[in-house]
Amino acid sequence: MTPDPQHDADELIRARQRSRARVTALILGALVVLFFLITLARIRAGMPK
Amino acid sequence: MITVDTPVRLPAEWRDFLALTKPRVMTLVVFTGLCGLLAAPRRVDPVIGFTAILCIALGAGAAGALNQWYEADIDAAMKRTAARPLPAGRMERPAALQFGIGVAAFSVILMGLAVNAMAAAILLVSILFYVLIYTVWLKRRTPQNIVIGGAAGAFPPLIGWAAATGDVALLPLLLFALVFLWTPPHFWALALFVKTDYANAGVPMLPVVAGERVTRQQIGLYTLPMAAAAVAPWPLGLTGAIYGWTAVAGTALFAAMAAQVATRRTGDGDAMKPEKRLFSYSILYLFILFGALVADRWYA
Repeated sequence: MTPDPQHDADELIRARQRSRARVTALILGALVVLFFLITLARIRAGMPK
Repeated sequence: MITVDTPVRLPAEWRDFLALTKPRVMTLVVFTGLCGLLAAPRRVDPVIGFTAILCIALGAGAAGALNQWYEADIDAAMKRTAARPLPAGRMERPAALQFGIGVAAFSVILMGLAVNAMAAAILLVSILFYVLIYTVWLKRRTPQNIVIGGAAGAFPPLIGWAAATGDVALLPLLLFALVFLWTPPHFWALALFVKTDYANAGVPMLPVVAGERVTRQQIGLYTLPMAAAAVAPWPLGLTGAIYGWTAVAGTALFAAMAAQVATRRTGDGDAMKPEKRLFSYSILYLFILFGALVADRWYA
């Protein structure tokens, strides 16, 4: 079987893109949770004791 | 379209973006920032405290990325930095620039919205200082680059304190002075044993421009005001005995090592062991002092 450099390069690029997309999704998910917790903390800080 | 004759430009890996942020340098930045926050007299909500430290880390990472974007040519010429993503060709320069600006802006805005305006303002100043004053202006022009540029690394305890209290007091200013005055002996100890690297890259570090003897004298000279700044919080009544005795003992050891480096004469092929020892201990020294500061606040 003859190796196809074009196909290999495309595969490598797609693998990199998938890996970056996964990390971006994780970061965005963590930021959503963080913003939610910050909102709760700010509301708590604004409440009278 | 990619053909066999066209070199394939792969998108940079996420690990390369992480490497742009200089994670090892960030450790000390995060630690001193956290200690500044914990040493402050006001307790801060854990979520807000975490956010403040995250913003300090992101700001430091962004400054590191912008530094690597600007210094790709210098990094390529030095053995110690040649494997970084830009000189190694694993990333395009515009990607590093966009990443640096984006993360810097995000860190300052998040600090301003979630923590307070004072902490955000100091964070912004520290990023601009590191990128514009140190990286762009000083580093290639003067052997005093790290003396003035050292201020950039001295901001985190000030930011941590400001994050908790919303203002700045004498103790965080002394911590700023400590890190500021610690930077020259720390970096010049490193510069003594990687002198050839800096000379090859055309960076006017003190050993390259003024020679080894002057550098050794300067290490000794800067250690004196650094020692004063390290111990001062105790007699001024800003800290207790835990920090005081730790600072006295740790600084005495630092001064002894610095004195050895300052008075040494070396020949060709010297292994530079005292210089390497001073460099390694200088990092541990800051960790110990800031750790003692927090222990002093919480357990004294």
